[in-house]
Amino acid sequence: MIEPRHEASGRKLRFEIFRYNPVDPSSHPHMDTFELGETPYMTLFIALHRIREEQDPSLQFDFSCRSAVCGSCGLLINGRPGLACHTRTADLPDTIRLHPLPVFKLIGDLSVDTGSWFRQMAQRVESWIHEKVPFDPKAQEARMDDDLARAIYEGERCIECGCCVASCGVANVRPQFVGPAGMNRIARFMMDPRDERTDSEWFDVVSSDEGVFGCVGLMACHDICPKGLPLLEVYAYLRRKMLAKVMTPLAREAEPSKRQSSKM
Amino acid sequence: MQAVFTTDVLVIGGGLAGERCAIEAATDGHDVVLLSLVPPRRSHSCAAQGGMQAALANCVKGAGDNPTVHFLDTVKGSDWGADQEVVRIFVDQAPIAVRELAHFGVPWTRVRPGKNSYFIKGERVDISEPAEKVGLLMHRDFGGTAKWRTCYAAAGTGHAVLYAVDGEVVRLGVSVRDRMEAIALIHEDRRCWGAVVRCLRTGKLSTFLAKATVIATGGYGRIYGQYTTNATINEGMGAAIALDTGVVPLANMEAVQFHPTGLMPSGILVTEGCRGDGGHLLDKHLHRFMVDLEPEKQELASRDVVCRHMMEVIRDGRGVETPYGPHLWLDLRHLGEQHLTTKLREVYEICTEFLGINPVHDLVPVRPTQHYSMGGVRVNKDGQAYGMTGLFAVGEASCWDMHGFNRLGGNSLAETIVAGRVIGRRVAQFARANELDVSTALAVRYQRQQQKRIAGWLARTRSGPSVYAIRDAIAETMIRKVGIFRTGSELEQAVEELSKQLRLVDQATLRAKSPGMNPELTFALRLRGFARLALVTAVSALARTESRGAHARTDYPARDDAHWLSRTLARWPQDAKEPVLSYEPVGLIDLPPGHRGYGKVESVDMTDSVEEYNACVETAWRRQGALEPVEPIGASMQWGSWRAAEAETEQRRRA
Repeated sequence: MIEPRHEASGRKLRFEIFRYNPVDPSSHPHMDTFELGETPYMTLFIALHRIREEQDPSLQFDFSCRSAVCGSCGLLINGRPGLACHTRTADLPDTIRLHPLPVFKLIGDLSVDTGSWFRQMAQRVESWIHEKVPFDPKAQEARMDDDLARAIYEGERCIECGCCVASCGVANVRPQFVGPAGMNRIARFMMDPRDERTDSEWFDVVSSDEGVFGCVGLMACHDICPKGLPLLEVYAYLRRKMLAKVMTPLAREAEPSKRQSSKM
Repeated sequence: MQAVFTTDVLVIGGGLAGERCAIEAATDGHDVVLLSLVPPRRSHSCAAQGGMQAALANCVKGAGDNPTVHFLDTVKGSDWGADQEVVRIFVDQAPIAVRELAHFGVPWTRVRPGKNSYFIKGERVDISEPAEKVGLLMHRDFGGTAKWRTCYAAAGTGHAVLYAVDGEVVRLGVSVRDRMEAIALIHEDRRCWGAVVRCLRTGKLSTFLAKATVIATGGYGRIYGQYTTNATINEGMGAAIALDTGVVPLANMEAVQFHPTGLMPSGILVTEGCRGDGGHLLDKHLHRFMVDLEPEKQELASRDVVCRHMMEVIRDGRGVETPYGPHLWLDLRHLGEQHLTTKLREVYEICTEFLGINPVHDLVPVRPTQHYSMGGVRVNKDGQAYGMTGLFAVGEASCWDMHGFNRLGGNSLAETIVAGRVIGRRVAQFARANELDVSTALAVRYQRQQQKRIAGWLARTRSGPSVYAIRDAIAETMIRKVGIFRTGSELEQAVEELSKQLRLVDQATLRAKSPGMNPELTFALRLRGFARLALVTAVSALARTESRGAHARTDYPARDDAHWLSRTLARWPQDAKEPVLSYEPVGLIDLPPGHRGYGKVESVDMTDSVEEYNACVETAWRRQGALEPVEPIGASMQWGSWRAAEAETEQRRRA
């Protein structure tokens, strides 16, 4: 990392970082302390790389895009889940405490296995389009209203960083809970007219304690989401759809067609 | 423990090119193992904001577009360095590929009915899109294209496409192994049989033996350190392990693209869509210099041209001075809050989150930043690596070669999918026609070699430089002396400095000896390959005494088609101290070299006729180790089709 080394605020930052290497039998969970002079535009991406390269080269953490689109760098920052790459130290107090995200399996220090968690979620909710017809390479694309495309894109913006899952009171105690990110995935496919799954099929996935009715309404996910996804509305949308399903025959009126009911 | 796994197809790299290739092989019934440094959805493909070029001609400003016009733009954009047959394959397949992605669920932005407001060359223009096109895939304007052609999903095309494609990978049951790094290819007698793989969870080694091995590890922008838009994982290790074989060449490594709008100071990319949608570039006096320098295309000339003008303006002392070096301004204010918070939302978020500025009211500090590697593992049109049966490469890691010396915006994301489909099919055919006829003793031998290498790093005790110091020194040399403008004397210095850093790799010592993945060891294992890629880039740039596309020599400003209408091939023979260069023809020429329509005009004409040039292509390629493609060379050419397209475009432009 070639970062400007001059001081900006003159602040001396104190980092308390969780350490544990499960592969090393002599390692035990503990906190290590590092000090670093703050530089202009400093983010936790810059700070953690400096700590590793200048002070402790064994420190494990994850980054990739460093621009808040890949979702690699979720951490507990002073107890609150967030993306390290877009967290500016200027917005934090002199002492910064970093822990790995809970719920996910620890790989080492600040690094957790979100990949396996999201893969099992994708398999569970079958996170792909269940198409009505096979692809015809010679045909023009099926038309879609641009407003609907935008609405689907809204749900598609989730970067699977795991911050919502880590902040979820239910996900922390019930491993089977599909979690806010999972709910968001489901809502994204429910509103997509290209997907043939009916609300009845979704009902089996969504309507249990492991799905939307497992949520106890703390809604930390909504407050925490680094991409500002409207998870409150996602839950409301799913509950509404599920209630409409059980309240037959009213359901037929409440749910005229996928295309029209797509706006959350 | 010697863990040996077998599969039909081993794909190294979980970005879009690798995943699309894996889908093709899995659909054909093969067992596919896909290795990725990160969970595939975190691959750098997710960061592509702009879009995918496909000539569907769905909006008014795309009217009259077709694959041949796309062909013209791409060949001109490449500064005639591209293989025109590969360009043809690409432009013909791109419309099918984007439609298939719509089928996979990508929420492409669609044509909206009635009056639409666009910014064109800085002016607000209202255009009414015809009713018969409403709901089809919309296009936006990107640099270097005659038509609006780039399909996009708001400002997050790469992300949306990657999630849709990864969904298909999950559906097909491809065995995805994330946090796994291929650190050496297993090969014998010019036949590749898989790779030695290190687990980035535990540090354990294993080998994966496969009938076909595919390198899809993306670019190597990190050799430019912080002066790149690339993710931290883009260290080019697929190309590096191919180079390590001693027989597989890397091609056109000197062709490095810089993006006009890397955000200061971190290098995060601000999409070309900003300029496409009407953003302006300003100097420190807030003067819009591109209007003077490129009156026709203005901010939308191709990337290399815009970057060079920006660097000239900075060299003239018209950059804004900061402690991080000079920069210019990107002005998006006139696009308005509505536009910036919807169509360019990711850009808006990057500005507010990372810099604490609001592009609705504030200017955005930008400078040209390394962005894309046109060079890579040299492959034939089927994606087969030169000189090594059973090894394929696809996407940015490869030199296929549809970009030549400059890639157009919207053509790389499109390449990942189109090449993934085309090459994936060839990989599947290859796996069907071949058996896994390899001894596990070979696997064990390769694995032991790597174990020894690791043990060597951990055992080294004398005090040497840190691996990060070497990395930083390489990056400083690259940005200062192998950057946008290049000269012979600086390149000579660069070669010397990089050779020295490469020698230092053997003296570097680790401070962390902890068991497990050990992040310092993980990087140390990449360091020699990293230094070699940098040196190959500098050596190739020094040798090419002309300017073509992104390769701009101030001491040789002309494009020289008499001597340099060629592709650089760099091999690194086993135990050699430096790479060995050779050259081959770019490919069959249909559209003869001419003026690109933007940028400099200076050039030296071909001395051979096109017919004479074309007559030598096949023999010359074979001599360089090119394998026989399934269909003969030239089978996909559509000779002369560009004439009508160019005439039509010219007519429309006049009208």
